[in-house]
Formats: sequence, structure tokens, C-alpha cells
Amino acid sequence: MKFLVCISQTPDTTARVAFTPDGKAYDSNGVTFIMNPYDEWYALVRACELREALGGTVVALHVGPAANETTLRKALAIGADEAVRIDAEATSSAFTARQIAEYARTEAFDILFLGKETIDYNGAEVGAMVAEHLDLPYIALASKLDLEGNTAVVERDIEGGVEVVEVNLPFVVSAAKGMAEQRIPNMRGIMMARTKPLKVVPAVPVEEHVRVVKFTLPPPKAGVKLVNPEDMDELVRLLHEEAKVL
Amino acid sequence: MVLVYAESPRGQLKKAAFEAVTFGKKLAEQLGQPCAAVVLGTTQSDPGELGRYGVSRVLHVADERFDILDSQAATQALAEVARQVGATTIVMSHTSTGKTLAGRLAVRLNAGLVSGVSGVASVESDGTLVVRKSVFSGKAMAEYAIVSPVKVLSLMGNAIRLEVSGQPVSAEVLTVSAPAPRIRVRAVRTVEGRVPLPEAEIVVSAGRGMKDPSNWGIVEELAEALGATTACSRPVADSHWRPHHEHVGQTGIAIRPNLYIAIGISGAIQHLAGVNNSKVIVVINKDPEAPFFKAADYGVVGDLFEVVPRLTEAIRKFKAAQ
Ligand SMILES: Cc1cc2nc3c(=O)[nH]c(=O)nc-3n(C[C@H](O)[C@H](O)[C@H](O)COP(=O)(O)OP(=O)(O)OC[C@H]3O[C@@H](n4cnc5c(N)ncnc54)[C@H](O)[C@@H]3O)c2cc1C
Ligand SMILES: Nc1ncnc2c1ncn2[C@@H]1O[C@H](COP(=O)(O)O)[C@@H](O)[C@H]1O
Repeated sequence: MKFLVCISQTPDTTARVAFTPDGKAYDSNGVTFIMNPYDEWYALVRACELREALGGTVVALHVGPAANETTLRKALAIGADEAVRIDAEATSSAFTARQIAEYARTEAFDILFLGKETIDYNGAEVGAMVAEHLDLPYIALASKLDLEGNTAVVERDIEGGVEVVEVNLPFVVSAAKGMAEQRIPNMRGIMMARTKPLKVVPAVPVEEHVRVVKFTLPPPKAGVKLVNPEDMDELVRLLHEEAKVL
Repeated sequence: MVLVYAESPRGQLKKAAFEAVTFGKKLAEQLGQPCAAVVLGTTQSDPGELGRYGVSRVLHVADERFDILDSQAATQALAEVARQVGATTIVMSHTSTGKTLAGRLAVRLNAGLVSGVSGVASVESDGTLVVRKSVFSGKAMAEYAIVSPVKVLSLMGNAIRLEVSGQPVSAEVLTVSAPAPRIRVRAVRTVEGRVPLPEAEIVVSAGRGMKDPSNWGIVEELAEALGATTACSRPVADSHWRPHHEHVGQTGIAIRPNLYIAIGISGAIQHLAGVNNSKVIVVINKDPEAPFFKAADYGVVGDLFEVVPRLTEAIRKFKAAQ
């Protein structure tokens, strides 16, 4: 079996959010980047588990500049067999999806794993785009994935529940919480990652349809209004008359 | 023409679809274009009812092949309907359905896509559409310009208020070609009776301050009194005190209800990431230093085991007097 796992990186969850003075870009000065949690904890780990059970290869793929290779090394330390970096700034989901699809065409992958969304721009766009480029089925927000021969049984999160679906390989899936448990890379993994192959591939040009106008920070909250814990009628009155939510 | 895909998962047209239609109709007015809604698959209610939310045309692909979500078949159908009616802007909901389809349809139509939109910032004279969305899990807002001739948008849940501005119409039945589905549905497991979290207008959420799962009765009662949906923090779901689908935050679901009541939750940044788009936040915590108070509109410093039943009582009294 051959699995592709698409890895993105995002600012550390506790990083402050600030933008360049023109408001056009995220100000990454002094920010540590981490592997996007959905890609790491769920997609990558599940792909590794399946490879351990069935044999095969896990390829971790990232679209980004050379500085991001530490994220790919971490993916190798967690268990990916090979890494591929598409050498370009991932300027938009359309751009990223096209790069992933172009690479995926060169090898016959059985399952293409992505995360359900990147936690910075909250897109949830790339997976469906990749699937369309490759004309493959797509299951989004999968919280469980098992293989029964050539068929995958996948649970996907739907509003207020889950739907269990079946699909034949190959297909594209985006991973949500539940698909696997986080793995902390051990020393052996970290050592082995150094010797695993990391291939760099040039990007293909893509026409951009969407551009950033500006980023802004939300206005600060007016401050909390404290209500006497003995007087919940007062809280109800405020919620009704002032906040108008009751 | 603006075409709204009004989703009908398991045959049901619900709030997400009504919001998308309300939004699409307003956008069409801003663009000076007509607006139509399309429904795929058989439905339990008459799709013509969507006329209430302001669309004058409802197209119904009343074909049971679309009763399950197969992204390839649905994309083919939507692309074909868009072509038939000459739609250049397609609106859908940023739900599990929209997340499955929006990117796919954008590639198919060579369109620019912005997902999870919360509003329109401006319409430029050259046809560029500038939309707003919340990014960095609610910690910032972004404006994106879609410059391509064909555009796809998905609308964030609870981003706009439903508006009844028209009458039911009679739906036009359409047929479209579609590839054989590649996905089969084995089972559906949904929680009955409660509004699903992403759609809920009032959410009552509790954290580790509850001490033990057996204490959840007071939370359930408050939710009951308010007609609210319940949620929880991550450690609570991780320790199986509550089901996983209740977990909100960065790694759970992001919600934006009108009212979010947080009980015994400290307000860690990863928790806030999923809830700070809520319109009004009430925090109940015995620790006045809990970080959640900084993100709250109203705060109650006190023991939740006393405050919550008292609040439930006050709500009941208020509701009875209404
Ligand atoms: C990468 C990452 C992602 C994460 N994602 C999420 C996520 O999606 N969602 C999430 O929730 N967390 C997430 N977390 C965990 C998060 O950092 C916090 O650990 C978690 O939110 C804390 O849960 P809590 O507030 O229920 O518990 P605690 O932090 O233990 O807070 C309990 C609170 O209850 C109060 N309390 C105790 N007893 C009483 C009482 N009798 N009356 C009133 N108040 C009382 C305490 O004062 C305290 O403030 C994530 C963490 C990481 C590192
Ligand atoms: N730069 C990237 N390189 C590789 N994969 C990516 C990149 N950006 C996003 N992805 C994948 O696409 C998923 C969804 O991202 P998004 O649509 O941007 O929310 C992520 O969880 C990753 O699996």
C-alpha cells in the first residue's frame, strides 16, 4: 500500500497573532511553527498505523520553502518513510492543491491523507481540490478509517453525528479528531529521520483567483461585566434587555 | 446569476440551507443579478418553501441518486445546473457537506473559492468580490478579493440572521447527468432531539470544574431550560466524561452561537479558538483569575454547583413570565 500524507505547518497554537503594517500578511517574526495538528496527530499517525499493519510506504509531502524542512523531518521521525517538498511558498489553497495533485500523479497512491483544515487560515479547501484534480472520491472530516481489502470503511463527522461510508481505493480523505492518537517521536525515530530521503521537487505555475486584501485584529472586548453570584435574575435581565440574546 | 446550493442532508432542508439562501439573495441584490436556489436529491419537505427566504426560482434535481453525498456526482450536478442557468457565483454552506464540495466545484469551474465566509465587504466595478472571513480560529478577520469571473463561496454557520422576505414558489424539476456514485453509506448515527452544535443558537458548555461526569445533571437542566445544546472542553471529552462530538475548540468544533455559557472552563487559548466568535459569552468560574473572564461579556465568580441551579431557576422564571 502507498499512502501520501499532506503536511502543512501553522504558527504554534499559543503564538500571538499579528500582521505586517500593510495588513497583507501574517507577521511571522519570532513565531515558532508546528506541524498542523490534524495532519500530524490524525492523518500521519493513521497512515503509519496502516503501513505497520499492511506493509507499504508512507510519503509525507509539504508545499513550502526550505526553511520548513524541520516539519518534514518531524514527519519522518514520527514514522513517514519518505518526504517530498514542493519548493514554493504555498500562496493559496488552489496553488497548494495543484502542487499536491501534480506530485500525486507521478506515483500510484492508494490513499491520500490530509488534515481537515489548517488551524491558521481555517480553509478546509485543499482536500476537495486535490480530489477533483485527480478525479478521485473524497471524504472530508473522517474520524475513523479502516481497510477491508480494497475497500475503506470511513466514519465522517456530520452535523450532530457520524456517517459510515464505504469507498474503494484509491481516494482522498481529510482527517478529523479521533482517527488516531497523537504519537511523540522517540529518539530512534529522530535518528532514523536524518537518513530518510527528502526529495525536493519544483512547483508548477498556477493562476491565482483569490488575493488577500487585508487582515485585521478584532476590536478588543469591552471588558467583562461581573454579576453577583447570588442574583441570577440580574444575569437573565442583562441577557434579555442588554445583550438581547434571550 | 447567483446560484445557491441549498443542502439537504438526509432529505432535510435546514437552517444552513436557509442561511445560504438568505445570504445568496442579498448578494445577488448587491450584484444586481437574479438568484436561484438548487436542491439535490429527494427531500422530506417541499423545496419551493425556500422561496420564503427571498429566491424567486428553486430548481430541484429530484433524483434519489443524490440522496447520499458523493462529491463527484454532486459536483457534476452542480456544475451542470450552474451552466444551464448561467450562474457565475455559487454559494453553499460551510458545513460537512460544503467542506466536501466547495473545493471540488471551484476546481471544476475554474473558480476562485473562499470558504467559511461571514459577510461581503464590497463589490467592485470590475466584478471583483471582496468577502470577509474569520481566520486564526477567530483571533483575526481577513478580507479576500475573488478576481476570477466565476466564484464559489461557502457561508459560515450563524454568520447571518435568517430573513423571511418572500413566498413559497413552485420548484422547477430538473434532470442532470451524473456519474455512478463511488461512495456507499453503511450507517448514520445522529444524536436525536438536540440541535447539532454548529447550528445551535445557545450553547451551554462545561469543563473540568464539574469534577465528575455524574454532576452533569445541572448542566443538562440549564440547557433544557434555555433550549440550548450542550458542549464541553477537550479534557472532558478525552476522559470520556462526555461524547466527543461535544468537544469545542481548536481541535474540536468551532461554533458561533448567539450565547455561549462556559461553566467551570478555564478559558485556555485552544478552547477560546473554537468559541470566541460567539456573540455573547457568559463565564461561570470560582477563580476570578480564570483567563476566560478576559474573553467574556458577563462573568459570575462563584461555585458552579450553586450558581448553575440558581441560573436555571431564574431562566425558568423568566420563560414562564414571557
Ligand atoms: C494543541 C492543543 C489543542 C487543544 N485543543 C483544545 C480544544 O479544542 N478544546 C479545549 O477545550 N481544549 C483544548 N486544549 C486543551 C486546553 O489547553 C486546556 O487544557 C483545556 O481547555 C482545559 O479544560 P478545562 O477548562 O475544562 O479544565 P481546567 O483548565 O482544569 O479548568 C477548570 C476550571 O474550572 C474552574 N472550577 C473548578 N471548580 C469549580 C467550581 N466548583 N465552580 C466554578 N468553577 C470551578 C477552575 O477555576 C478552572 O478555571 C488543547 C491543547 C493543546 C496543547
Ligand atoms: N503547504 C501545504 N503543504 C502540504 N499540504 C498542505 C499545505 N497546506 C495545506 N495542506 C493540506 O491541506 C489540509 C487542509 O488545508 P486547508 O484547506 O488550507 O485548510 C491540511 O490539513 C494539509 O493536509
